[in-house]
Amino acid sequence: MRVALFLTCVNDTLYPDTGRAMVKLLTRLGVEVDFPMAQTCCGQAHYNTGYRHEAEPLARHFSDVFGEYEAIVTPSGSCGAMVRELYPRMGERARAEGRGGSLATAVASVVPKTYELTEFLVDVLDVTDVGAYYPHRVTYHPTCHGLRGLGLGDRPRRLLEAVRGLELAELPGAEECCGFGGTFALKNPDVSAAMGTDKVRNAESTGAEVLCAADNSCLMHIGGTMARLRTGMRPVHIAEILASTEEEPAS
Amino acid sequence: MSGTFVGMPAFPAAAHEAVRNPTLRGNLRHATHTIRAKRAKAVAELADWAELREAGRRIKDHTLRHLDRYLVQLEEAVTAAGGTVHWAADADEANRIVAGLVKATGETEVVKVKSMATQEIGLNEALLEEGIHAYETDLAELIVQLGDDRPSHILVPAIHRNRGEIREIFTREMREWGRPAPEGLTDTPAELAEAARLHLREKFLRAKVGISGANFMVAETGTLVVVESEGNGRMCLTLPETLISVVGIEKVVPTWRDLEVFLQTLPRSSTAERMNPYTSMWTGTTDAETADGPRVFHLVLLDNGRTDTLADDVGRQALRCIRCSACLNVCPVYERAGGHAYGSVYPGPIGAILSPQLRGTASEIDASLPYASSLCGACYEVCPVAIDIPEVLVHLRERVVQGGPVTREGNKAVLKPAKGHAAERAAMRAALWALTRPGALRTGQRLVSRTRRFHPRTLPGPGRAWSDSRDLPPVPAEPFRDWWRRTNGGRDTK
Repeated sequence: MRVALFLTCVNDTLYPDTGRAMVKLLTRLGVEVDFPMAQTCCGQAHYNTGYRHEAEPLARHFSDVFGEYEAIVTPSGSCGAMVRELYPRMGERARAEGRGGSLATAVASVVPKTYELTEFLVDVLDVTDVGAYYPHRVTYHPTCHGLRGLGLGDRPRRLLEAVRGLELAELPGAEECCGFGGTFALKNPDVSAAMGTDKVRNAESTGAEVLCAADNSCLMHIGGTMARLRTGMRPVHIAEILASTEEEPAS
Repeated sequence: MSGTFVGMPAFPAAAHEAVRNPTLRGNLRHATHTIRAKRAKAVAELADWAELREAGRRIKDHTLRHLDRYLVQLEEAVTAAGGTVHWAADADEANRIVAGLVKATGETEVVKVKSMATQEIGLNEALLEEGIHAYETDLAELIVQLGDDRPSHILVPAIHRNRGEIREIFTREMREWGRPAPEGLTDTPAELAEAARLHLREKFLRAKVGISGANFMVAETGTLVVVESEGNGRMCLTLPETLISVVGIEKVVPTWRDLEVFLQTLPRSSTAERMNPYTSMWTGTTDAETADGPRVFHLVLLDNGRTDTLADDVGRQALRCIRCSACLNVCPVYERAGGHAYGSVYPGPIGAILSPQLRGTASEIDASLPYASSLCGACYEVCPVAIDIPEVLVHLRERVVQGGPVTREGNKAVLKPAKGHAAERAAMRAALWALTRPGALRTGQRLVSRTRRFHPRTLPGPGRAWSDSRDLPPVPAEPFRDWWRRTNGGRDTK
């Protein structure tokens, strides 16, 4: 099976390790991974800040770049939800505003075959034990858009539970938002920071060394708060845990 | 809209204070977490919750689509039952109507219950200007009124107060308003409730005029419905000779049978009870001397921005709201910022989408409300009438930054973009330019990577908000796409 890796602009620029882990993991599972070089950004920051018209060319660009692939896999619940949940809505709005159905047609070529990583593993490849080894105590934070936007459910947890050496610690208040929220972190810094602090304190209470999530944007906010609060905990993307093996363990 | 909230700063500034108030944070955290857990349990008891939610959404959407027809039907039914219907386009008109009705009775005191609509229009203040004193009789509203405070929650307006604060308010203020608090009042709930009961009983027995809101109005029979926990509402509805109900036009439902859905979803969503303790229904007037209930009944139907909201095909879903407050209790932003920061009688996620529609986005606070959310979606998940609050928030953000068509006071208008977003708009357009050109993005990424040693630890301008409380992530030596090209997707080297 040949799939396109939609890494997202944030991961491409700031978290290339997550991308390398995705390639390693998927290759190990027999998937042929391609990285379309023309990919840029799904447009979520534009859309959610109120710049819907500016997000439209990005949705079109995304559809042009990824339309030909069998499946599109992304390590971001948030960007995955943007494509799956909001692209169809953008297409419908464009049509309702009398700008025709071309955007709706374009996004229809990518929406049904875009998967968040854990969804792709569990639903498409039908695996929960990916042969990973990660000897650490880990707590899992289900990010909002993965949890409520995509409905990832217990897929990430099932994958983590099958990792050898991994001890999963229950995160109190797991389903509460970490306070990142894209531009929310800039527009309402006090509330965002208060939410982040509560998330980190809850994570600390589990005694875990690592907080794991399926979205590096949330991890950037949580990790930045952890560093500032000097907790000694680390944020790690789930792809990096699942890619880790006894032969090549992740740090 | 209301005189109560004039001069509110924008949401981030208002929240800045609340976040630093440990008592407020503690009160809110305790209250919202308790009710959140109870609600989840009460909802889980019903196997058909999803169907009830969908039925509630459909009934409300159907009613809103045919609102003109159902309101006329309601008016006919209320009139036939001996009531009088008044139509108020805005707050001033509603206040004028109510003040006139009270004055016509010759009374200078009224008892009030369960009316967010009258809070919305600032009725108490308007009545006071006419020499009429309005006494709130809902326990939480009483606490707010005695404390010269503002409501901060839809269901529990005094949620930001704890027992100690309430005891202090009762001891200090009750004597100014009527019967004083008992000597040596403690902060046990039973004693506080008894103090309120004695204080209010005096008001109930004396009042000749009652003012209420309503949770629902049934078009087919002209029946109004109030659901409550204390029974004070029922006293207000039955004891005074004249009853004036001020209700938003969106509260109508077509038939008696529709109540079946909402009387299940509302209490479970709001107080986490299977059924609320008191459900009072009243239809028109009673003329027999022996029967309970008002001899004179007036219904003031309030628009105040509602038909303008109805004209917006995305935003109109906010009018489905049945004021259960589940979205407030689950909202992480509300929990930290508190209700006052929203600058309206409607706080929390629903307030963030309702106020900028009812009042427009011209003021600083209203323009800031669509951003008072991290778009986490918890509010949509719990809403018993499935209002997609994140969708409306983003829609209103678009209105703020881009302008666009709106309806104000029944007229179509094209809104200009709000001030203060020029730099953001320029940044968004610049980002779009780069992001539709993969080569430009790559150049930018490389620049970020190659200059990484020189990056400051804190950010200037709007970025300071980030680096004030969080460390920035380190920038990698090369972006992923460069690694991919250099190693042929990892196939050439490790």
